[in-house]
Amino acid sequence: MMNNISTTMNTTTTTKAAAMIDSKISARNVQVFYGEKHAIRDVNIEIRPRSVTAFIGPSGCGKSTFLRCINRMNDTIDSCRVEGNILIDNENIYDPKVDPVQLRAKVGMVFQKPNPFPKSIYENVAYGPRIHGLARKKSDLDDIVASALQKAGLWNEVKDRLQESGTGLSGGQQQRLCIARAVAVSPEIILMDEPCSALDPIATAKVEELIHELRTNFTIVIVTHSMQQAARVSQRTAMFHLGLLVEENDTDKMFTNPDDQRTQDYIMGRFG
Amino acid sequence: MSVGVIILVVLVLAALGYVFGRQRAMAVSQQSGIKLHSLPSYYGQMVGLFAAVPALLALVLWLLIQPVVIERSVTAMIPDSAIPEGGALSLVMSDVRRIAGGLDAVLAKGGVGEAEVDRIAANPSDLRARLAEVGVPLVGDVPVAVFEAARAYRSMTQTGSILMAATVIAIAAVLAGLVYRRIEPHMRARNVSESFIKLLLIASSLVAILTTVGIILSLVFETISFFKIYPAQDFFFSTVWNPQFRGGSDLGILPLLWGTFYVSFIALLVAVPIGLMIAIYLSEYAGKSLRSFAKPAIEMLAGIPTIVYGLFALVTIGPFLRDYLAQPLGLGSSSSSVLTAGLVMGIMIIPFVSSLSDDIINAVPQALRDGSYGLGATQSETIRKVVMPAALPGIVGAILLAASRAIGETMIVVLGAGAAAKLDLNPFEAMTTVTVKIVSQLTGDTEFASPETLVAFALGLTLFTFTLALNVLALYIVRKYREQYE
Amino acid sequence: MTDMTVSSNAPMAPAQAKSLLTLDDRTRRRNAAERRFRMMGLVGVTIGIVALVFLLGSILSNGLSSFQQTYVRLDVFLDPARLDKAGTRDPAEIAKVTTFGYAPLIEKALADSMAAKGVQGEGISVKAAAELISKEAPADLRRYVLADPSAIGTTVTFDLLANGRIDGYYKGRVTMDSAQLDRNVSPQQLMLADRLKSAGILTTHFNWAFFTAPDSSDTRPESAGLGVAILGSAYMMIIVLVLSLPLGVATSIYLEEFAPQNRWTDLIEVNIANLAAVPSVVFGILGLAAFINFAGLPQSAPVVGGLVLTLMTLPTIIIATRAAFKSVPPSIRDAALGVGASKMQAIFHHVLPLAMPGILTGTIIGLARALGETAPLLLIGMVAFVRDYPAGPPEGFFDPASALPVQVYNWTQRGDPAFIERASGAIIVLLVFLILMNLSAIILRRRYERRW
Repeated sequence: MMNNISTTMNTTTTTKAAAMIDSKISARNVQVFYGEKHAIRDVNIEIRPRSVTAFIGPSGCGKSTFLRCINRMNDTIDSCRVEGNILIDNENIYDPKVDPVQLRAKVGMVFQKPNPFPKSIYENVAYGPRIHGLARKKSDLDDIVASALQKAGLWNEVKDRLQESGTGLSGGQQQRLCIARAVAVSPEIILMDEPCSALDPIATAKVEELIHELRTNFTIVIVTHSMQQAARVSQRTAMFHLGLLVEENDTDKMFTNPDDQRTQDYIMGRFG
Repeated sequence: MSVGVIILVVLVLAALGYVFGRQRAMAVSQQSGIKLHSLPSYYGQMVGLFAAVPALLALVLWLLIQPVVIERSVTAMIPDSAIPEGGALSLVMSDVRRIAGGLDAVLAKGGVGEAEVDRIAANPSDLRARLAEVGVPLVGDVPVAVFEAARAYRSMTQTGSILMAATVIAIAAVLAGLVYRRIEPHMRARNVSESFIKLLLIASSLVAILTTVGIILSLVFETISFFKIYPAQDFFFSTVWNPQFRGGSDLGILPLLWGTFYVSFIALLVAVPIGLMIAIYLSEYAGKSLRSFAKPAIEMLAGIPTIVYGLFALVTIGPFLRDYLAQPLGLGSSSSSVLTAGLVMGIMIIPFVSSLSDDIINAVPQALRDGSYGLGATQSETIRKVVMPAALPGIVGAILLAASRAIGETMIVVLGAGAAAKLDLNPFEAMTTVTVKIVSQLTGDTEFASPETLVAFALGLTLFTFTLALNVLALYIVRKYREQYE
Repeated sequence: MTDMTVSSNAPMAPAQAKSLLTLDDRTRRRNAAERRFRMMGLVGVTIGIVALVFLLGSILSNGLSSFQQTYVRLDVFLDPARLDKAGTRDPAEIAKVTTFGYAPLIEKALADSMAAKGVQGEGISVKAAAELISKEAPADLRRYVLADPSAIGTTVTFDLLANGRIDGYYKGRVTMDSAQLDRNVSPQQLMLADRLKSAGILTTHFNWAFFTAPDSSDTRPESAGLGVAILGSAYMMIIVLVLSLPLGVATSIYLEEFAPQNRWTDLIEVNIANLAAVPSVVFGILGLAAFINFAGLPQSAPVVGGLVLTLMTLPTIIIATRAAFKSVPPSIRDAALGVGASKMQAIFHHVLPLAMPGILTGTIIGLARALGETAPLLLIGMVAFVRDYPAGPPEGFFDPASALPVQVYNWTQRGDPAFIERASGAIIVLLVFLILMNLSAIILRRRYERRW
């Protein structure tokens, strides 16, 4: 565990330098409404490529809602309305010309509770590549599945039982299967919505390790209720409170010397 | 004393028991100065329950048993000579009952005493005229033995009902009295009356079991007597269905089963795709306003009585198919056909498929849909590749239930499919089903003990077995499915 | 993307350097598939609704006309010379005059009326003209006189039923062409009917008798009514309600509140779920074997129909009642038990009243199903031709009667197409009852719906 944190800290500086040049995701004046409820108020944020950004804040603060704006998952909720712009690679994803289906191939998502499909492990991973037509031949598909499972660190555990049901795996394995499923589509960004909240500490450690490795290839945004986790896995941290983005900063700074009093209070455990 | 009066007397006794029981409890408590264990009304309730329930039960039992006992002893009085050539004992017995009823009517009409019966007995030739006067026509002369049997039947029925009245009222009075006398402050009246009520609750829940037992017994017994006069292998394996009024019928079930399955198959062919599309559209796509209008509208289809569908098949769909499809194509000229019945039945079971599937699709966790959307699947891809496979067992269960509904459906096929038992592939031909023949064999004029009538019970048993198997399987699958996502 | 292999270390992203703002071909194809799929769903919903509309429309268009009936308005002189030759006004004597004695009165009244209004017979004999009037009309006249013998000797205005063919002529069922081939009516008679109509002798107005009159014989569809059937159905519904509500509630209380979770209760539950799906015709066999053959109850009687329908409805009511009990939160029971109530008291004083709206809703829906049920009633002999009204309850429960849906079936089996109109009309009456019942269930649910 200690090992993890030290490597995280070492790499921070390099990614920061790269991120100064361009940002992968930039949100401009984003507002979200659930019917009458104003869930997100005027959020502006720049998220850097190939790094891990953590969203923290007390429950109900809007961090998950904002996360779901980035791949337009909120479109599936009827009462939800999003205003403002979110740019990915300088393209506004809320442009009417953008098809959320195409967007979600670029921006994958891992959910709070592991949700493998009630199909075999192989079919779970192959599902994304199939619908997006990423493989022409069966052997290509096999390769994609194997590679995704390797990237998710699950290959060695499941390579002999690819045809067994994905729901038969343990909780931690299921969540890594879901990560493999997301990775198999080769997105550029992976959104993770409290990916470890349903897992035990050992499984959590494995997933965190995985996030750490994935960072080299993907831009990762993770919502977490655990500040320790945010400190362990992320380079940048954003603090949400009552629908507002309170502070966004380097993770080291955030947990040692935050700019905002509310961040300070939250980190010290005074509310949340 | 009529049954209604007996029930009234028993209820009055119970009400009196309640009032006096309550009073006595209060009086006893006051006298002894001991506080009652329960509220006074519980003492009353206890007396009332003991007065009413056992007595009414006895009444029901008596009513069931008395006719059987009387029938036995009266039947013994009829010599074989009194049974006409080619007739049956049951016919003679129904004559006996009619004469007995006629005698009652004569006495009631004339306002004369029992002695009149003796006078009629002394002058048998007068009997027909006297009975005809009160609206009981007799065919032919009545043998003396039969008349005597009728007299015995009458007197036994009369003594029986007097005995019944006495017994039932005595049970009510004695039990009420016994309980009443035992009232004392320490008595746990509430517990007693609550246990009593609980027993009643258990007894009512047995009605459902008894219904099933009754169904099975009535089917099995008559089926056995059918197979005694008609060989079972002919019934199950013969491909000819040709009942005759004079005996020598061919009663093979195969053409009926074929018709049943053919009609049901067409019905499912209509209902399953449409029902599933409706379920998918309403649960996944439709907005609130469309859903709130379309869902009840389609469920209305399930609330419409089947006779309405039958008439629809007979008057509208049948002639339409005949005039615009069958005749131009040269495939048939009958307005009742397998296709007519199948189409209309399909419409009828659409809501069975759609609402059950709707429930089942809604039970698929949202997390699975989110997982699929998160990977960039379109809604239809999510439905076809994630939601439907996950819901498949439940949907199979729903389809099995719909199939059982189709197989057991009666009125649509009676009015839409026709009456000719045929093994044919042409859907424009009239064919017939098991249910149609159950109705026609049991509503005809044939004698009850003939194979032509009894075959209906064998058909009923076959139908019951098929639908039972389908239902149990479907319920099991649906139950398992629900547990999976609970 | 196909060049990607397990061994490749390169980042997996690059091939998607394309813009999100332009749709690629594959997405376009997938979106087209999406639209097609959506269309299919919409088509399914449309088919369902169109089927409903078509079904109801067909029944309405066939049946609405049965609420109108063609009558011939005549001033009939109730001739004492024919009806009461002795002149004693003795009801017993008057009763001896059969309908044949009344027919000539009608013939004469028609001839007089035509003469008075100047309607030409044009070669149609008085007898043929009188065929325009229903054969039921003399019987109606006779009933009127028997009820009020003092009317003899006076002239009374009657609205007499027109013959079924004439009625059908004004409803489009009979045409000049079809009359040509019809033994029962000739084109000349139809033309006479037209002249009578313009003279105001032939009128059309609302058909009250349809709701009150009994069934009629095959040759007199114009006089067929639903009186006996409505009464029979009402009797059966009373029996079903009185038996199935207490039985259903008692069973549900036991299963939901007292029964231990064991094989026995499991058996009862599976059994109830299964009974709800047993074909209705099987219940008819049960009724025939158990209630008529074994228990010796009379055929065609509402009591047997009521018992059979009770057994059929019971599972529906039990399932609805149990759901109603389940929806009462356990905290209510705990609260009652907490202040020292016995379990029985907690249920009867608190849970049952709270569950009552749900129970009643379920019961009404069960009753509605029972009201429309036909097949089991056929087997217990309710299809018999019954012209006499059953007596008042409870004796009437044992008298022969018909039932609404069975009357429909009965009429579909008759030769004269006029009965199809009647059958459709009967269905409209049946559907109105069903809609009223379902509406009351909905209102009940809305009114007492509780959110815990």
